[in-house]
Amino acid sequence: MSDHIELFKEKAKLVSAQVTEVASMDEAYQFVVDLCDKKEACQLMMSGCAEAVSDPAQELCDTKQRKVVAAPNLEEADFEKLAALCKAQDFDCIRQGMRQHLGGIDIGFTVCQGGIAETGTLMLESNDEEVRLATMVAEHHVAVLPKSLIKADSYDLEQELGERLGNGPSYTALITGPSRTADIERVLALGVHGPLELHILLLEA
Amino acid sequence: MQNAKDLKDYRSELRESLDNEFLRKTLDTFAVSYRAGRANAFKDVDVKALIKEIADGKDEAGQHMDELFQEFKKNAEAAGVHVHLAKDADEANRIIGEIAQKADCKKIVKSKSMTAEETLLNHHLEDLGLEVTETDLGEWIIQLRHEGPTHMVMPAIHLSRFQVADLFGDVTGKEQETDIEKLVKVARRELRRKYAEADMGISGANFCLAESGTIGIVTNEGNARLVTTLPRVHVALAGLDKLTPTLHDALRVLKVLPKNATGQALTSYVTWITGANQCLAAQDERKEMHVVFLDNGRTALAKDPIFKEVLRCVRCGACANVCPVYRLVGGHKMGHIYIGAIGLILTYFFHGRDKARNLVQNCINCGACADVCAAGIDLPRLIKEIHARIQDEEGHPMSSVLLGKVLTNRKLFHRLLKTARWAQAPVKEKNGFLRHLPMVFAKEQNFRALPAIADKAFRDLWPDIKPNVAAPKYKVALFSGCVQDFVYPDQLTATVRSFDGHDVAVDFPMEQSCCGLPAQMMGELKAARDVARQNIRAFEQSDARYVICSCASCASHLKHGYVKLLQGDHVWEPRAKAFAEKIIDYSSFMSDVLQVQPNEFQDKGSKVTYHAPCHLCRGLNVKDAPRDLMRTAGLDYEPCNEEEVCCGFGGTFSMKFPELSSELLNKKLSDAEATGAEELLTDCPGCIMQLRGGVERRGSSLKVRHIAEAVAEQRKK
Repeated sequence: MSDHIELFKEKAKLVSAQVTEVASMDEAYQFVVDLCDKKEACQLMMSGCAEAVSDPAQELCDTKQRKVVAAPNLEEADFEKLAALCKAQDFDCIRQGMRQHLGGIDIGFTVCQGGIAETGTLMLESNDEEVRLATMVAEHHVAVLPKSLIKADSYDLEQELGERLGNGPSYTALITGPSRTADIERVLALGVHGPLELHILLLEA
Repeated sequence: MQNAKDLKDYRSELRESLDNEFLRKTLDTFAVSYRAGRANAFKDVDVKALIKEIADGKDEAGQHMDELFQEFKKNAEAAGVHVHLAKDADEANRIIGEIAQKADCKKIVKSKSMTAEETLLNHHLEDLGLEVTETDLGEWIIQLRHEGPTHMVMPAIHLSRFQVADLFGDVTGKEQETDIEKLVKVARRELRRKYAEADMGISGANFCLAESGTIGIVTNEGNARLVTTLPRVHVALAGLDKLTPTLHDALRVLKVLPKNATGQALTSYVTWITGANQCLAAQDERKEMHVVFLDNGRTALAKDPIFKEVLRCVRCGACANVCPVYRLVGGHKMGHIYIGAIGLILTYFFHGRDKARNLVQNCINCGACADVCAAGIDLPRLIKEIHARIQDEEGHPMSSVLLGKVLTNRKLFHRLLKTARWAQAPVKEKNGFLRHLPMVFAKEQNFRALPAIADKAFRDLWPDIKPNVAAPKYKVALFSGCVQDFVYPDQLTATVRSFDGHDVAVDFPMEQSCCGLPAQMMGELKAARDVARQNIRAFEQSDARYVICSCASCASHLKHGYVKLLQGDHVWEPRAKAFAEKIIDYSSFMSDVLQVQPNEFQDKGSKVTYHAPCHLCRGLNVKDAPRDLMRTAGLDYEPCNEEEVCCGFGGTFSMKFPELSSELLNKKLSDAEATGAEELLTDCPGCIMQLRGGVERRGSSLKVRHIAEAVAEQRKK
């Protein structure tokens, strides 16, 4: 079991994910708020927001004015905890309405249902479109993965994944590192359509 | 895209690519780094076993395509999906166009789909007045440039950051920097707007799972997640070959596909969609979802005894990544829509003979693609089969018919070779090369000197050379091949000499002839079969346990080619198998059978480097034996950069495409010279003919010899 966790960490780091261990969900919420506080209002500034785009593209980008955290798959009570911490920092914290934020949000926060050590992969139930959008339009995706859910390889996750697929309609994502491309001169660039950073919080559970 | 009228036209297009410095440099770097990345990704994995499992699984699925379709349809429909089947590209395009019109869609975002490239879907949708935007970065770039992909996984690999910056400057109306990170962010923001506005999303599917009616999509950018989420309508277009019974099949393919494609353990996103999911842009908050299956010849292909394995392809693009010809000319010349070795084959089936005719000749038969294929497809062989099929359909060119006729008549063939010996006398130099090429050769063949035919063929020397072994420990027979028999008999003499002291009784059946590989390369399959039978018969007369062949190309053809050529022939298939059992290459015989020891050799040998012939290192999977042998024989072996990359000979390939052959040759010789070795050794007379000819033209001091010649010389006298 602990072997799996070490392998998971190693493989996730190889694909540019950042792995942190947390003892509780409260610690995870604090991580989100700290990360949001530290990051530039629009991360794209660093690598592209300053670049000229067409006027319509700029208009969409301009819709993002405040720091936003989205946590679409938290239970009500858990969401309230995170929202309170965000409020204290003057960040917006939302559970839905992602279509109003296509210009981008700062952090998408999710709790995952499984992991694969062999490849450093997360399994995320994405039946809810808010989950899909929050984890794509966010500049950073912060994902909590309970350690006990980490399997050695994809075959070990097969039964669980299969049950999800068999009970349609369903939408399930396997996520391995942040969004990436090497389409220009084979140079790796992160965050082409989705998150620029993926933070995985391994939870003692 | 293939628009060349004929081979001449095609060759002039190839020359344009050769002159494209950026392309050449990019593909060179890619070829080298890909090899290392793939090896690293598969370290600790039994990749051959995994590939075999994938091949078996895909074959099984191919045989039940119709049932899988029915099962998928039932399960997907139960989850609210509309499932369609299109018999050809036009019908698929029409179905998708109608879906768009019926749902009143105006703007479409697309994630990558090779199948949509196959049907030229975008053209059709644009003709209907729909706006289509590709969202995969590479696909978007080539869409803006109005060109096709040059790689299945990296469609814009042929373009530089400067070209992309110019292009994005046009798109945004603002000047752009050439920083790649920044260009990627420009694309992110421009395309985000397109997703937001689109009312229809089109994706491909890497897997269609019959058991649950699920599609699986593999991407790195995550664009497929947005394409399948934001618009209210989603259409997935998939070839029938993507149907697979269970999730397990897909997970198995995923253990190879990303590693083989880019050296990644897994892509950033693998998305599994069952049924019509939640979509808040739709009126009832349910996505309108369609899956369109494309046949376009796949059902017929599944029934073809030879070509059915084509349907195993998982579109990883690895066959292009390792192809030495692709590396020289890029995807626009090494494919029509599908690229690389598989592209040469699929072009014939999906886009017709006209597009395939020139392409299929541009395979050097080095086997690099078959060696890495994720689904174990015997690509070079299928390419030759297509070539033969096209010739059968259109008539064989005179040169190829003549070659076939000559090769099947051993006596005539050998008489011609002996006649040529007289004819070449006026142009023969003392150094064994022809001073200038005989009239039948074009001037462009001059990149390498061609050897003269030897004064005496090996078969005529044989009575004097045959060793007298009173109590043989091993009985072997030699298969010479034409080049060693008539051009380089010394290599065979050395082969025999290097057995000294091991009590090897050697036989040389006189009825043997050309192995037939040149006929197969020229698409003369009937001649190739005839010669195969003659040779099998010739060696059945001998009681030898081993048939030693110190020509790697012949050896691999005798061992693997014959069995395939004679497959299904009740009389000859078993005989071909029995013959194949006996075939062994020179180095393996020395290292593994005779197990020669260092004390048999002088210890101060010259510094040598090595060229691994394609047909030895991949064709016969012999890698250690020659290297071990050189070291055992006391030679100072210095490994060469890219030792296993083709020297550019490829038999008749070098005659047909001299401009490509000479590029490969020069690269090989530069690598060999860089080792500082005095000699370049190899175990194939075809490679030697190419390498020596090149050394002669370059005026290099490098000496090229067969490994047997160096080993025989090292033997203690």
